[in-house]
Order: sequence, then structure tokens, then C-alpha cells
Amino acid sequence: MKRLLLVLMLLASPLWAVQPDEMLDDPVLEARAREISAGLRCLVCRNESIDESNAELARDLRLLVRERLVEGGTNVETVDYIVARDGEYVLLRPNAQGANLLLWLAGPALVLLGLGLSVGFIRKQARRRDVGGETDTLSKAEEARLREIMRD
Amino acid sequence: MITELGHFTLILAFAVSVFQMVVPLVGAHKGWPEWMAAAGPAATAQFLLTAVSFTALTIAFVTSDFSLSLVTNNSHTLKPMLYKISGVWGNHEGSLLLWVLILTLFGASAAWFGGNLPPRLRARVLGVQSAIGVAFFAFILFTSNPFLRLENPPMNGGDLNPLLQDPGLAFHPPFLYLGYVGLSMSFSFAVAALLEGRVDAAWGRWVRPWTLAAWLFLTVGIGLGSWWAYYELGWGGFWFWDPVENASFMPWLISAALLHCAIVVEKRETLKSWTILLAILAFGFSLIGTFIVRSGVITSVHAFANDPERGIFVLLILGVFMGGAFLLFALRAGAMEAKGIFGLVSRESALVVNNLFLVVSCFVVFIGTIWPLLAEMFLDRTLSVGPPFFNAAFTPFIFVLAVILPIGAMLPWKRAKIARVLKPLLPGAVLAVAAALLAYAIASGQSALGPVFIGLAVWLVAGAVVDLASRTGRGAIGDRLGRLVRLPRADWGKTIGHAGFGLTLFGIAAVTTYQTEDIRVARIGESFTFGAYEITLTDVRQVDGPNYVSLMGSVEVLENGTPLATLHPERRFYPVAGMPTTEAAINGGVTRDVYVVLGEPQRGGFALRTYIKPFANWIWGGAIIMALGGLMSLSDRRYRVAAGARRRRAEPVGVPAE
Repeated sequence: MKRLLLVLMLLASPLWAVQPDEMLDDPVLEARAREISAGLRCLVCRNESIDESNAELARDLRLLVRERLVEGGTNVETVDYIVARDGEYVLLRPNAQGANLLLWLAGPALVLLGLGLSVGFIRKQARRRDVGGETDTLSKAEEARLREIMRD
Repeated sequence: MITELGHFTLILAFAVSVFQMVVPLVGAHKGWPEWMAAAGPAATAQFLLTAVSFTALTIAFVTSDFSLSLVTNNSHTLKPMLYKISGVWGNHEGSLLLWVLILTLFGASAAWFGGNLPPRLRARVLGVQSAIGVAFFAFILFTSNPFLRLENPPMNGGDLNPLLQDPGLAFHPPFLYLGYVGLSMSFSFAVAALLEGRVDAAWGRWVRPWTLAAWLFLTVGIGLGSWWAYYELGWGGFWFWDPVENASFMPWLISAALLHCAIVVEKRETLKSWTILLAILAFGFSLIGTFIVRSGVITSVHAFANDPERGIFVLLILGVFMGGAFLLFALRAGAMEAKGIFGLVSRESALVVNNLFLVVSCFVVFIGTIWPLLAEMFLDRTLSVGPPFFNAAFTPFIFVLAVILPIGAMLPWKRAKIARVLKPLLPGAVLAVAAALLAYAIASGQSALGPVFIGLAVWLVAGAVVDLASRTGRGAIGDRLGRLVRLPRADWGKTIGHAGFGLTLFGIAAVTTYQTEDIRVARIGESFTFGAYEITLTDVRQVDGPNYVSLMGSVEVLENGTPLATLHPERRFYPVAGMPTTEAAINGGVTRDVYVVLGEPQRGGFALRTYIKPFANWIWGGAIIMALGGLMSLSDRRYRVAAGARRRRAEPVGVPAE
């Protein structure tokens, strides 16, 4: 029974991310392959890059990436090739084209807007001082309160 | 029988929550003291009833009562006791019961410790809190009843997801829920203040401990989750920008902003409506997180219970509470008059910048998380938003926050001269630049981002120390030490929290910059050298666990020629669930982790991955220290003493109108 389980386990065991037999001998090419893989989404997984994924399909993609690199493709060409094949869904870093600009610019735009509003607000409330806002000297009631505190 | 009792008390708790929602709020509106006072006992009753219900479900899991469909689907007799118990919340229905248990616990604590609140505010807070309870009791009773029986109970259950059978993950959800649900308290205070139509320093002082508690629980919960991912998922990543992670990160960011601006309300009585808005948003993001995790509209590695109908229910809750709160805010926020005035260079302004960057960074995480959904619905594009986007779009905000934090933390209130603050910080800045340069020299050829953040981490820790030292004034070292010990705990909490943030940044920067990796086929008995380490796979054998079988490797590790450790990486197989897991073996240390993962057999050996991860533990160590800072601040006597003092003060007439 136990042996059977072990056999089952080995059958069920997934391919395990990057395998030694997939790796290229040239460390520079391999490093490039890893970098590209980390930015490509595994198509059948939920939210993993092909570099991390255990799926068979991810392995195929990893091998494909390496094939293209060995053939002399640049990083950009290789990624473009995969995108042309599988669609922009594979890109974990969405491109900044068309409506995606909204995604990329939302943060910076909001910060600028927020900074403008904040400076405006701070300036405006600081001016309130002239028209009877808080002053540096204490009011009568505050003085009374201060005396009360000091007595305690 | 116990099961039916649990179901019954849950229904009773629902009824009590309806009572507690209506009676105190009406009482507060009409000024009827008895009706207002009903909130306290009701909150206690609600908690006790829910606790009985939760206990009943726990008993069913512990005794493996397979007549419950929930137990059948998520448990197994062979499972270790710890995971039988954690199995209670390892599923949608049970986790929702834990959620309402914590919700009622917070409500009851507000009743128990809220004795010094004005009765009207107290009644309103408890009424609003109970309204949230009503929504979630209805959710659980009508769509996700944990007490459903099976007509033909099976002999054994289907087991809990093996990935969840882990000590780190057993305690991760309760902490997260304490955080998520804790923010409901801030929300209740905000809505109650809007109903009252006033916010003052005392309100800031009351709302801050609850926010602080929620934030520190979130910190621990997120830290636990990240640590679990690090050792369990098998490649040593600590943060994946997965939608479910983001769901917990967004409330963390907003609550961090909230607890900072509540200080401004408390000390300076300004930024009131902004604080109210943040309190509403913080709980809003908790609900959005709940929606993301439970609806399944956004694909994630660890979403559970993907049921669109439940998603719609959560969306409804979100709509009602956010819609109602924002409407109230629009009507009433104008009445919140600021008292304190401050200049452009001041502590207040620095906290405004802190808030701005925390909130916008949260928004970036939010839009990145939902963008695939929006793109599919409105643009007809299926696309992904993954870690590379978040790293690029989020990191700049943390950069700015870290740069301004030590300066802002030392700026005086009202009006300040920046030069006066920069002078004592100068040694810290020099140290930070030196650290960054050193880090860059070591990492030659890598990106400059890591060294920059290492410098920032040093800047943060040095800044925290300088800040604390400056609080001791001048004079002989002995006097200063004496004053240091007597400083309010809130000051200590601030220093510790900020330093912890620096340590976490340091860990993240160091791991991402200096991590090295080795992947190879290791044959048994053959050694290989990796950095300063000599590594030998000595043995691989089969080991039987309580509910799994394991292929366990033995890996001898020598550091600079001397034996360091024998590590046992495993590949487990859980036959009942039919799932394999990998168990990395880690030799942890202060300066580095040696992280070994066993792969599958191939070419006469086994695939073996080895990582050296410098300063990895600092990531979670920093999180723990941040949480300790929060705890320190929470224990400040001001929250106990001054809150009571205010009641005495409220009596005499002649206090100036606001």
C-alpha cells in the first residue's frame, strides 16, 4: 500500500518550476531566460509566472523562450513572439498602450492632484488665523483651564 | 444536538443584533437613556451567543462529526488536532463564523471598555457596529450556513487543503480577521460621529486605540501569511502581489494612514473630516477584500469558496454601508470645524503628505488588482497585472514615504523650521548614504534599487533613534537616560514602529538584491560548492506522516568547511486530498537563510535547488517589531487616564464653543 502511494505520488508530482535539464549552459543566456520567464504568466495557472509554475504548459513555454534566445532573439523579440502567439494575457507587466495608460498614470496623477489640493487646503486654513482663528496667546477660558490643570 | 444548539444560538445572535441596531440608535436620536443603555448588555449577549455557536462548530470539527457537510468537506479523522481546529476557519462558512465572532467581540469590548464615552456616542457606536453584525449574520444564515447536516454521513471526510495544514497558516486567518474586523470599530466611530455632528480631540483619542489594534493585528496577519508563503510555496518568495494578498494589504495601508491622522485630530483638532473619510474607507477596503476573497471574480492562487451568489451578497453589504456612510459624510462633513491651524512646514503637513502617499499607494494596489476585471468588462481585453507592474508602480511611493518619514516625525507641530530638524538628522543621513554606497559596491552590476533601499532602511532606523534621543532634552547623560525611560509609551511605540518599518525594508532590499540561487541534479553522496557552502545530498527516503507520505531528503551543509546543519527538505503527498506539497528546509540565521528544496528524481539523482537569502528573517522580524511598536503605543496610559479625565471636564459650563 505504502509503495503504491509512493508510486502514485511520483506520478502526481508536478514538474517543478525551472528544471536542471531545461537550463541553458550559457549563464548569461540562462539569466536572460529567467528574467523573461518571471514576466510571463502561466496560461493554465491562477496567478503564477512560468518561472514559478509547475504546469506542463509552463515548462513548454520556458523551453520555447530558451529556444528563441539560443536562436539569437533579443529579449523584446522573444516576448513579442510569445505575445503574438498567446495574446497580451501572458504579460504580467501590462503594456502602457491605449486604456492601460490609465492604469499606469493613475498613481502619479492622483499624487499630483492630492499635493495640489493639500497645499491649497493648508494655505487656506493658515490664513484663517487672520480672521479670528487660533492665536498664539491663550483665551480667557483656556487660561482658566490651565490654572485648573496646574492645581491638580 | 450540540450542532443544533450552535445553529440556534446563531439565529438568536442575529435577533439580538437587530435589536441592538434599532433600539440604541432610536434612543440616541430621541434622547431616551434607557434605550441607549440597552446597547451594552445586548453587545455582551450577542458576543456570548456567537461564542457558543462557534464553540459548537469547533466541537463538531474536533470530534469529526461527519454528519455536518462542512466537517465532511474539510476534515479527516487522521488529521492532527491543530488542523482539526484550524479547519474550522479553513473554509468559507467557518471563516465567516469566525468573522462574526470577532465582530461581536469588538462590539462587546467597546461596551466593556467604553464606559468613559458619552452615553449618546456610545449608543450610536454600538448601534452602527450591530448594523454591520446584522448584515453578516444574515449573510451567514441565508447563504453560508455552517451547520448544515448530511442525510447520509460518510465514514470519513475529504480532508483540509494540505497547503493549509501548516502552523503559520493555522493562525494567519484569525489575525487577519482581527484586523479586518477591527476596522469596523473605526467605521462605527466615524459614522457615530457623523450622526452626532461633531468630532473633537477626545473622539480622536477614542478611535485611535481601535485603529491601532486593527492595524497591529493586520501587521501580524500579513507577516504570518508572507512567512508561510516563504517557506511553504517552495521558491522562497515572500510577496506575490496576488489579489488575496492585496486584499489584506489595502486595509493595512489605509489603517496606517488613519492611525497617523487620528493623532492630528487628537492633538490639533484639525483634518477632522479627512479622518472620518479614512475611517470609512479603511473598513470599505476590508469589505472589498472580503469580496475579492469570497466572490472568485478575480483569479488568485488562494481564493476559496468561489461562489458568485455570495459575491453579490458581499457587494450588497459593501454598497449599503459605503453608500450610507458616504451619503452621511456628504451631508455632515461640512459641520466638522477645524480648530488648530498649521503652516506649510509643520508636523501636520508632514502627516498630510504621509496620508496622501499611503492612500494613493493603496489606490495603485487597488486599481492594479481590479484592472484585469475592468479591462475584460469594458475594453474587451484579457490581460494580466502581475508583480512587475506593482513593483514598478508601488515602490516609488514607499521611497518617498521612507525619505520624508524621519524628517516629518521630528517636525514640531504648528509651524516649523526644516533646518532645525535636519541638523540632528545629519549623522543619520551620512550613515544612510554610506550604507547605500557600501551596498552598491558589494552588489556591483546589479540594479541600484536595492542599495538605495538599504540606505533608506538605515535612514529610517537612524532617524527613529535620533527622534527618541531628541526627546530627552539636553544635559548630563544620566539625566537624559532617566528621561528616556520615563518617556510616554506612545513615543517609544512611534520609534519602535518606525524602526521596524526600516528593518522590514532592509530585509526586502537585501533579499531581492543579494539572493543567490543554485539549481542542479544532485546525485546521492556527491558534494557541490555553492558560495561559502559545501552541500551534499546524503540520502532520500520515504517517511510516513500522520496523513501523508513523504519523500524526505537529507542534505549536509558545510559552511566554510565546518558542518552547519543537516537539512531535511520534503516532498509530501496527501492521499485523501490527492495533493502534493513541497516542504522547503531552511537553516535560518540573522544574516542569511540557507534554503533547500528537493525536486523530482531525474538523471540518476534528484533536482535540488539551493538559495542563500541574506537577511530574509529581517522582513518578518521588522513586521513583529512594527506590531510591538503598535502594542507599546496602545498601552500608553493616556488612553486610559485622559479619556476618563475628559468626562469630568465636560461637566462645567463655560467651556468655549467650537
